Amino acid sequence: MSAAPMTMVGGLNAGLRASLDHDPRVLLMGEDIATLGGVFRVTDGLAKDFGDQRVFDTPLAESGILGTAIGLAMAGFRPVVEIQFDGFVFPAFDQIVTQLAKHHYRSAGHTPLPIVVRIPYGGGIGAVEHHSESPEAYFVHTPGLRVWTPSDANQAYLGIQAAIACPDPVIFLEPKRRYWDKAEVALGTLSADDAERMWSSRTLRTGSDITVVAYGPMVRTCTEAANALAELGVKATVIDLRSLSPLDLDPIFASVRQTGRCVVVHEAVETVGLGAEIAARVVEECFYSLEAPVQRIAGPHVPYPPSRFERHYLPSIDRVVAGVVQVMAG
Amino acid sequence: MTEGEHTEPLHLLAPDGSLSEASSALPLPPQLLEPDLLRALFRDMTMARRVDTEATALQRTGELGLWSSCLGQEAAQVGSAHAMDERDFAFPTYRESAAAWVRGVDPVALLGLYRGTTHGGWVPDEHRFALFTIVLGAQVLHAVGYAMGQQRLDSGGAAIAYFGDGATSEGDVHEAMVFATVTNAPVVFFCQNNGWAISEPVHRQTTVPFTQRAAGYGMPTMRIDGNDVLASLAATQWALEHARGGSGPVFIEAVTYRMGAHTTSDDPTRYRPPGELEYWATQDPIDRLRLLMINREVAAEDFFVEVQAQADALGERIRAAVRGAEDPEAGLMFDHVYASDHAQVERDRQRWSAPFAEGGVMA
Ligand SMILES: Cc1ncc(C[n+]2csc(CCOP(=O)(O)OP(=O)(O)O)c2C)c(N)n1
Ligand SMILES: [Mg+2]
Repeated sequence: MSAAPMTMVGGLNAGLRASLDHDPRVLLMGEDIATLGGVFRVTDGLAKDFGDQRVFDTPLAESGILGTAIGLAMAGFRPVVEIQFDGFVFPAFDQIVTQLAKHHYRSAGHTPLPIVVRIPYGGGIGAVEHHSESPEAYFVHTPGLRVWTPSDANQAYLGIQAAIACPDPVIFLEPKRRYWDKAEVALGTLSADDAERMWSSRTLRTGSDITVVAYGPMVRTCTEAANALAELGVKATVIDLRSLSPLDLDPIFASVRQTGRCVVVHEAVETVGLGAEIAARVVEECFYSLEAPVQRIAGPHVPYPPSRFERHYLPSIDRVVAGVVQVMAG
Repeated sequence: MTEGEHTEPLHLLAPDGSLSEASSALPLPPQLLEPDLLRALFRDMTMARRVDTEATALQRTGELGLWSSCLGQEAAQVGSAHAMDERDFAFPTYRESAAAWVRGVDPVALLGLYRGTTHGGWVPDEHRFALFTIVLGAQVLHAVGYAMGQQRLDSGGAAIAYFGDGATSEGDVHEAMVFATVTNAPVVFFCQNNGWAISEPVHRQTTVPFTQRAAGYGMPTMRIDGNDVLASLAATQWALEHARGGSGPVFIEAVTYRMGAHTTSDDPTRYRPPGELEYWATQDPIDRLRLLMINREVAAEDFFVEVQAQADALGERIRAAVRGAEDPEAGLMFDHVYASDHAQVERDRQRWSAPFAEGGVMA
């Protein structure tokens, strides 16, 4: 095992490379992933090193990509498909929800579909329409799909390998605003146990006053907010969910029983988002420990706005700090 | 027109400015050589190119988040948009800034989309030009539906759908051709085959000319030189008349080339083969019209100088307007989510305008 500082793009690239090396059934397919290496360069160099039978550009059709990936999986391959941006997964939504999610169930367990759907998601990069959305709730709401999202380069490196090793279909959401953030990546093979552990939430720091739950792009925002809160004398626990389906909530319940307070932070629209599910579960499990209502800090009920609005739309460090302070007063 | 006859795209105006014989496949109506029309086509292509250059420069200085250049595709867009009459309606992608110019959309309004102040920018009905559509292929179905509406309204109008070579692979485009042919809808499919879908060359999308596919769906097709503004205008006029007259949809493939990067975020040196750009530079749509106009003595140097001055003035107006634009006020993001009142939007509008201390979300 060696450690190296990498961007999230680099971590993903290294993780994909490790999986391609490790398992000849792994295929990478999508728009502009081969020659170009993907619009974010996540697959840079992989077509050259693994050849066009294993890493290939598809025609420009997302339903086609997902549908053929399902057929490839039925033929014994493990396709990892790239959807170029969050807003372009919807032409594939039918194949994902009606076919991919249900096939194991319909075949009474005989035909798993080990497909990973990589989707750069979330805002904060000043992009045009359909390039900043957070569609995770649609997928989490769909039984049969697993959903996973990294918060840094090391998590990305490990998580993409765990997703590829998983026998279930995995929607793998990559927080594009964190693509260029660097972190130490612990290179090395992922054991089956390591892979299994990736489906749990992870406590990043422990504080006795409040439990802050986040995932993907908001993990860094919340960690930075926790630093600012510490200066105000508020000690926050920060938990990175990582897996959005299944949800590993026991560590959150345990923490809330200590702190009595909880906020959930995400970019996606608040209405029926992940925060709603987590708040409901925390209330069910920790009702008698709660000292204030569970607070959600999330997107308003509007389409993702034009980029000049995004600083108002996205939860910022300031908004997280202020939200926590408000819950502390409650 | 039957497919298979012509593999070479049809043209009327060659790169050296000479006119070719009009054929039965692509007639050249004599009005197309009217001096006023030639001057208008030249002016529109030049102005569109100036918008494009200015937008690219504004992106470089951070005034725009992104720009998708139509450099090299001016003839395809200007010619086809000139063929529209007041009953027709166009459905563009994100690259049709030259067509938008012809339809009277103010470039400053159009750049709002790329600056990130709006997702739209103009009133579609005012220009008979729909909002730009980024999701590939979606607007092609809208064009067909609009055309089905014209059948029911008996308006005599037609729709024209713009889309790229890459977008032809999307299911929506195929479904659009199915709907259009079985309903005999008055719609023109205008495919700009500019050689590339980001880094993917055309042969990733098709092994036959796109016109051959369209013929399979059951409509007449034309494959034209997309850098020839006269061919683009003549073909689209023919197609729109065919559609308006009740004879059903037509498919035009305009073979052209994207001279710029896919967008300002793209690096074409990673995939463009050597020599390609140089070849297409010899096919420039504006240069060849200039040569024709000089040959036919339709315009002299003073005309070209005047158009250049107009283009420069336009460039300056755009630059000043975009640079001086204020960011929209935050509360505007809550407007127009629904056509009627909606409790969640109103609740969030209140929370977003109030400080935390008052139960809002503003820090
Ligand atoms: C449904 C969908 N998938 C992917 C994209 C990302 N994307 C934007 S433009 C583009 C290439 C389009 O190529 P083409 O249709 O030839 O049009 P051109 O850009 O060349 O004008 C891609 C893949 C998108 N906008 N919409
Ligand atoms: Mg193209």
